[in-house]
Amino acid sequence: MYCPCYSSGSIGGKELQVYLMAFIVGGLICIVGQLLMDLTPLTPAHILVLFVVLGGVLSALGLYQPLVDIGGAGATVPLPGFGYSMVSGTFEEIDNAGFIGIFSGALKSAAVGITAAVIFGFTMAVLFNPKG
Amino acid sequence: MVSMDGKREEQTFNEQYQRMVDEIKPKPTLMKNLIWAFFIGGLICTIGQVFQNYFIGLSLTKKEAAAATSAVMIFLGAFFTGLGVYDELGQRAGAGSVVPITGFANSIVAPAMEFKREGYVFGIGAKMFVIAGPVIVYGLITAVVSGFIYWLLR
Repeated sequence: MYCPCYSSGSIGGKELQVYLMAFIVGGLICIVGQLLMDLTPLTPAHILVLFVVLGGVLSALGLYQPLVDIGGAGATVPLPGFGYSMVSGTFEEIDNAGFIGIFSGALKSAAVGITAAVIFGFTMAVLFNPKG
Repeated sequence: MVSMDGKREEQTFNEQYQRMVDEIKPKPTLMKNLIWAFFIGGLICTIGQVFQNYFIGLSLTKKEAAAATSAVMIFLGAFFTGLGVYDELGQRAGAGSVVPITGFANSIVAPAMEFKREGYVFGIGAKMFVIAGPVIVYGLITAVVSGFIYWLLR
């Protein structure tokens, strides 16, 4: 109802499919992370870094966009989506502004995420105390 | 002072012991962990999709909607970390709670909260980037290197 792009055809079915694909793609990406956590000595911090880089590299090779097209938030909410946003933003900015885009694109497209992380992270850390 | 040091020593000992136990104990739980990671990770992304559809409905572009969605998810991750709920979820969900961007928010709030007593600058201000810092550093390096190659080949 709230998405005009799905308003043609059966709304319920299409919307359900979008959610289902987000669930499956997002879940599968997390399974890859869990395999790395359980079967390698990598810590969660390593996996976060690895996934951002991996998402960036796959985007540069044009391999992540199809995943975003299929999975929507299932591909953009997990950390590889952060790398995707940085790299695709850089390419876009290079197309628009040339060389300087190499330096401006990534942070421009990650601006909302990074600012939200700093502001909300700071606020919650000030407001709450660790349990135990 | 002495008792605090003693407590701290005991704590690090417990951590070492826990690590030892973790290394030795068998891993029949892998399948269970994978299922948990899949469902919780999938669920978090589905919640993200709800917000994304809502933002697209407000006639934001797909990219803007994705950015707004990550802001909301980061807020939720930070908030539930503050409440202590997210880490409890993480004990079951594993990568299902680490890999989504809510886990990125968790990686900021958890250490910032933990080291609050070291002050606003070296405590919260510095420690919030213990994990987020490397993520941004390597994300940027990836983007600039691939951007440079893209620019050369264009």
